[in-house]
Amino acid sequence: MSEYLQAERAQEWRETLRKSMKSKDRTAIPRVKMPEVDPEIRSHTYDEVNLGLTEAMAREESHRCLDCVDPTCITGCPVEINIPKFIKNIERGDYLEAARTLKETSALPAVCGRVCPQERQCESQCFYTLKLKKEPVAIGYMERFAADYERKSGKMSVPEIDPANGIKIAVVGSGPAGLAFAGDMVKRGYDVTVFEALHELGGVLRYGIPEFRLPNEIVDVEIDGLRKMGVKFETNCIVGKTISQEYLREAGFSGIFVGSGAGLPNFMNIPGENLIGIMSCNEYLTRVNLMQAADPESDTPVYKGKKVAVIGGGNTAMDAVRTARRLGAEKAMIIYRRSEEEMPARVEEVKHAKEEGIDFYTLHNPLRYEGDERGHVQRMQLQRMQLGEPDQSGRRRPVAIEGDTIWLEVDEVIVSVGVSPNPLIPQSFSGLEVTSWGTIVVDSDTMQTADETIYAGGDIVRGGATVILAMGDGRKAAKAMHTHLIHS
Amino acid sequence: MNKIIAKENFSEKVVRLEVEAPLIAKSRKAGHFVIVRVGKKGERVPYTIAAADPQKGTITLVIQRVGKSSEKVCSLEVGDYITDLVGPLGKATHIENFGTVVCAGGGVGVAPMLPIIEAMKKAGNRVISVLAARTKELVILEEQVAQYSDEVIVMTDDGSYGEKGLITQGVEKVIQREKVDLCVTIGPAIMMKFVAQLTKKYEVPTLASLNTIMVDGTGMCGACRVTVGGKTKFVCIDGPEFDAHQVDFDEMLMRLKAYN
Repeated sequence: MSEYLQAERAQEWRETLRKSMKSKDRTAIPRVKMPEVDPEIRSHTYDEVNLGLTEAMAREESHRCLDCVDPTCITGCPVEINIPKFIKNIERGDYLEAARTLKETSALPAVCGRVCPQERQCESQCFYTLKLKKEPVAIGYMERFAADYERKSGKMSVPEIDPANGIKIAVVGSGPAGLAFAGDMVKRGYDVTVFEALHELGGVLRYGIPEFRLPNEIVDVEIDGLRKMGVKFETNCIVGKTISQEYLREAGFSGIFVGSGAGLPNFMNIPGENLIGIMSCNEYLTRVNLMQAADPESDTPVYKGKKVAVIGGGNTAMDAVRTARRLGAEKAMIIYRRSEEEMPARVEEVKHAKEEGIDFYTLHNPLRYEGDERGHVQRMQLQRMQLGEPDQSGRRRPVAIEGDTIWLEVDEVIVSVGVSPNPLIPQSFSGLEVTSWGTIVVDSDTMQTADETIYAGGDIVRGGATVILAMGDGRKAAKAMHTHLIHS
Repeated sequence: MNKIIAKENFSEKVVRLEVEAPLIAKSRKAGHFVIVRVGKKGERVPYTIAAADPQKGTITLVIQRVGKSSEKVCSLEVGDYITDLVGPLGKATHIENFGTVVCAGGGVGVAPMLPIIEAMKKAGNRVISVLAARTKELVILEEQVAQYSDEVIVMTDDGSYGEKGLITQGVEKVIQREKVDLCVTIGPAIMMKFVAQLTKKYEVPTLASLNTIMVDGTGMCGACRVTVGGKTKFVCIDGPEFDAHQVDFDEMLMRLKAYN
């Protein structure tokens, strides 16, 4: 890997670029700011919040990258994008080549440029962050720029595909893990079919992440790219239900990758939680995103609460509360039992939520709900908390302040306290090893399960992580399955 | 896309559709349901499978016009396509030789009961089917039910056919007459609630097949949750059949009105 990177770095054009500007001048450029829609306007529309960098902004930002000898940023990327190469292509104005570079290793660059927590990945390992103690190069913004540029140019490149080897591979689930796996396998010449349970493709990218953060159109384009590469898709097909493990074998599939996701919402099991108007974040977001329930033409209904409480502090909670705001909530609240510092949500999501007028009730934990005579939730009781000693996760444990409770009026509550792995595959497949949490056990280097022909990745293995980690799993599994298949 | 290959109007309100779905026809078992969506703006709605023909590659759905979405499905004609059809979902009915089984189906609930009646009979049970409807023209599938039943009792609210009375009266008559080892009930939630109350009194184990609001039908959303024995369960993956004596029917009835 590093030899390849060094050879690429040694190319003449890269050297010329490096010499064209002094490092001192590069580091003196301030980090670019992402243009955003005004919070007041955007909290009433589904339009994307981040507008994307202009060409001039991207060019300027690309000059900040020092094209380091040891590009530590790449180690922070779960799919190992050749970051300096794509940025230097932006610097020399070859945006299509920048996009091609992204696609060497990432099946979904326009998605990653929007939803990756770069501040915890590539950008956290940037030379600026590690050594200069300055704001990192805006890798994520530039990734999005290159991917968007290519899409808008109408000159979408299709990566090189190895000659067809005739080996059939099945993928369970069309979320980020499955798509990344499918992309890498089809490139290696395999005959790949992706089976999706829902009527639309994309998994969490479709039903979970709202359009103001990831427009459906972007997901469509990325999936279309995979289709052009030869990946086949079957919607409305539940592996383990519609078709069985044996069916796949008999149909000649030599390998199976399971990326069925974490489709089982957790509830808190507190009194009143089944009242009308209380639902999981999955239900709420699925209604709005997948079923387009906010569209008056849609047959699927959704509550448009005026006083909406979202329980939890993760990205999904932020997505839900910001969606509620857009559906007309006058008071949209985050209820989180720890402090803001412990929130798992991305910094950018919390910032955007605050700008859009979301109220944060940190150090509050729901105790019970009460409803009206029709069974519709009317109010909730919250326990005030304080931070104690750190727990196993390293975060300070929230401790109840005895007797300190408040009541809050609500007409809609969205519970976003994590998800559990979807039990369909673990229940219906034989030969897998499954943890007591319901996750599938894999070899962490190869993503191979106890059955040597079955690999798994994403939330069905991790129990709840990010899009990019799922994609990283998919890539890792593709590499290992390929090695396994050519040796057997 | 799944093609409708046969359609029959049981009554003004109830329609039987035979739909092309070869994979589901092959893999489904008694008790399974499917999710149906009609049109790009359509809602995902669960319907229990009434019959399947693996050779022909079709499944049969019996649907009552109750709202916008069921109206859309019922208005499809032979040759039209259902936009999306996915399944089979849920857990299959546990079938074994229990002894004597009473199958109490109300209204359109008789349709999903049919495969259970058949499977129970084939497992060696004595099957007594109690069919109930408001009036004569709403009694469906009597002939097919009779084929696999040792006895069929029909109850109508208005006495226009069979005996006059509620389903519970028909079931109680059987329980008082002979030893019943299991009761299975499918129908409107309020009906199942009263059947459960009755069989609890007589300590007859009872299964109810619940039809709650769903979105995905695969465990993802939790819209279908019910309280069973004090615990929250998902109808789509933990059910649709539950111990009727443990189901909180009042909560279920309340939740069914969530979007009314």
